[in-house]
Amino acid sequence: MGKTKVGVYICHCGVNIKYSVDVTELSRFASELPNVSVAKDYIYLCSDPGQELIRNEIKEFNLSHIVVAACSPWMHEPTFRKVLKSTGINPYCLEMANIREHCSWVHEDSEKATRKAKSILAAAVAKASLLEPLEEKEVDVIPAALVLGGGIAGIQAALDIADTGFKVYLVEKEPSIGGHMMQLDKTFPTLDCSACILTPKMSDVGNHPNIELYTYSEISEVKGYVGNFKVTVKKKPRYIIEDKCNGCGICVSYCPVEMPDPFNMGLSKTKCLYIPFPQAVPACFVIDPDYCRYTLRRECKQCDPVCKDLKAIDLKQKEQFIEVDVGTIIVATGFDTFDPALKPELGYSLYPNVITGLEFERLSSASGPTTGDIMINGKKPKNVVFIQCVGSRDKSIGNEYCSRVCCMYTAKQAHLIKEKIPDAKVTVFYIDVRAFGKGFEEFYDRVKQEGVIYIRGNVSEVYKRGDQLVVKAEDTLIGELVEVETDLVVLAVGMVPRNDSSTVNSLLKLSQSSDKFLLEAHPKLRPVDTASDGIFLAGCCQGPKDIPDTVAQASAAAAKACIPLSQGKVTTEAIISQVDEQLCRGCGFCVEVCPYEAIELKSIERYGQTVEVAAVNEVLCKSCGACAAACLSGAIQQKSFTDEQLLSMIASLGEYYE
Amino acid sequence: MSEFEPNIVAFLCNWCSYAGADLTGTTRTRYPPNVKVIRVMCTGRVNPLFVIQALRQGADGVLISGCHPGECHYLKGNYFARRRFTLMRSLLEFIGVNPLRLRMSWVSASEGKKFAGVITEVTKDIKKIGPLKSFKREIL
Repeated sequence: MGKTKVGVYICHCGVNIKYSVDVTELSRFASELPNVSVAKDYIYLCSDPGQELIRNEIKEFNLSHIVVAACSPWMHEPTFRKVLKSTGINPYCLEMANIREHCSWVHEDSEKATRKAKSILAAAVAKASLLEPLEEKEVDVIPAALVLGGGIAGIQAALDIADTGFKVYLVEKEPSIGGHMMQLDKTFPTLDCSACILTPKMSDVGNHPNIELYTYSEISEVKGYVGNFKVTVKKKPRYIIEDKCNGCGICVSYCPVEMPDPFNMGLSKTKCLYIPFPQAVPACFVIDPDYCRYTLRRECKQCDPVCKDLKAIDLKQKEQFIEVDVGTIIVATGFDTFDPALKPELGYSLYPNVITGLEFERLSSASGPTTGDIMINGKKPKNVVFIQCVGSRDKSIGNEYCSRVCCMYTAKQAHLIKEKIPDAKVTVFYIDVRAFGKGFEEFYDRVKQEGVIYIRGNVSEVYKRGDQLVVKAEDTLIGELVEVETDLVVLAVGMVPRNDSSTVNSLLKLSQSSDKFLLEAHPKLRPVDTASDGIFLAGCCQGPKDIPDTVAQASAAAAKACIPLSQGKVTTEAIISQVDEQLCRGCGFCVEVCPYEAIELKSIERYGQTVEVAAVNEVLCKSCGACAAACLSGAIQQKSFTDEQLLSMIASLGEYYE
Repeated sequence: MSEFEPNIVAFLCNWCSYAGADLTGTTRTRYPPNVKVIRVMCTGRVNPLFVIQALRQGADGVLISGCHPGECHYLKGNYFARRRFTLMRSLLEFIGVNPLRLRMSWVSASEGKKFAGVITEVTKDIKKIGPLKSFKREIL
């Protein structure tokens, strides 16, 4: 390598940086730093002319290293690495100085901001001068994907990937795919029957030659990296052999144990040997081990002899662990509905005629406990009150966000009441009505025309006066207290992150945003990506959304997940650890701290003696640098973050202290 | 005489705290300019030597900030950092440096507001402790 010649480029970012950092002064300062051959400032370095400026100067001044003082490396490091690459210098000879997010945007005082920018830049130059070229390697991609979650998001993503021609493993926790959408009655604003539009897709999944379906299953281990994930799927015992069960259901009548039907939100009973719903995929029964007398206490076994021809019942079934190899993963784990017991003033835990929106869906559905008749205690309600924003837009329970579907599902449910009980009085308490989607405002208008009364006000209490349920609220438009007597209260509960999501999140290393939904890589530009390469998000696990948005996002995630699969190759991490075999004492501390078992000791000949030294498996190394911090002799170093490079930054910061 | 302005070096992990600091910027939340950031991929990379060197080179305080326990991008790097942090504090005490000059925090990628709060608090606290006089550059 020739002489170190650093080029420094300072971006104005329009006025984003320039308004508080004196870029002219910064550029003058940079030109006097050690090893710097040229320093320039420019209005938009990420623009084509900006990139061209750097390209031209790399050639003109024969630069070896580049420092770009601009935005966060999370933003444009890939852009400028490509600029370096296109000019023939190694893309890893680039250092970003973050003077926007960490400086101009957070400090208003121009003098102080400029002084801090100088420190940041000087440290970046100090590090850049020591950066070494790194090599990227390509590895093959396993042409298969894993989709986690079999709701509408997972179903759509799985179908899209499978139709592209790749193998898909679809893992669903419940005994059937379908998710929450299957529980809905009609969908807003078109009033399509939810099950009718979903079941064709479900059966497509069941019949697709490229889709392998694992229901009643969870993931228990994830290893590897983009292109080469190894995922262990834990298949829970359903005590019915899937391949043998023909779904005839004769066994059910012999099962003596009843339990609350989970599909009907506990509004009706089912046997503990059950099929979740008639259109279930796979059409296979399941035995709930928390209720079955045999699994609990080794008694009963009445179902077993019934299935004597097919022999599909196997009460001794054990959980199975299946390892699948995939290139990419889509997380579509969905949501839970808000538990209204957390707002005791609404009386959900006290009164059986206070129900949630999802319970109403079951009540209204033809496949529900009342075959679609809206009945409370055997009677049709004459007065119905809907309460919106339960668990959403509510700081008192820590959910500041809007759940985006409740305004419209309430309007739809109000419409269903009017349709089924035309003389019912329907009142909706709302904070704001957010009818933002295609056809939403028109639908909301229609519902108001049908005679549904909308009162703007937050409900303070639901209580019982005699036998009568009363909803008390302040009408905030006229500033008066209102009390509405009612037979049925429907709480428009919002969406919350799944309470069982922590296992999946920690297995896949997914971050959460402040609302605890999963965090996307960039809120605007990478909405389905995660910080981990090769792992994508679809549906409500990322945040509340309605069905069209979920389907659109699922297709987007599928398209993204197919990119590495189609390319067939991915580039491995270049910033990995390396061992100086002359310095290594073979103590093995690095072997112990490595979270990925990427380091082992090997024997080498050194000065005529056989000694043990550390050796890094370059494919397994994920570049955390834990080994470098543990090494007593400085023999193992993380490339681009070596002791020397980081210490030079520390020293450089010291030069410019006040 | 103008008020003492401490110099503080912050080692932020790439995945949580550095991204969190970016979010602080994106949302234009203000905090004092005393802290200068060094990005590492993981707090588990922070060698105790870096802390000692930062103090020797004139810093009055050092902050290490990473992913919340259990959320480390590299599984357990932040646990290594936490253990080293306790050891480093006793080491600082042993060599006559106020151990409270070394701080540690957990800031996730979505906690922009928290990052601003951490920086404001650390700056205020180090300011109260005062300049680090006895451990400066001359030793190097």
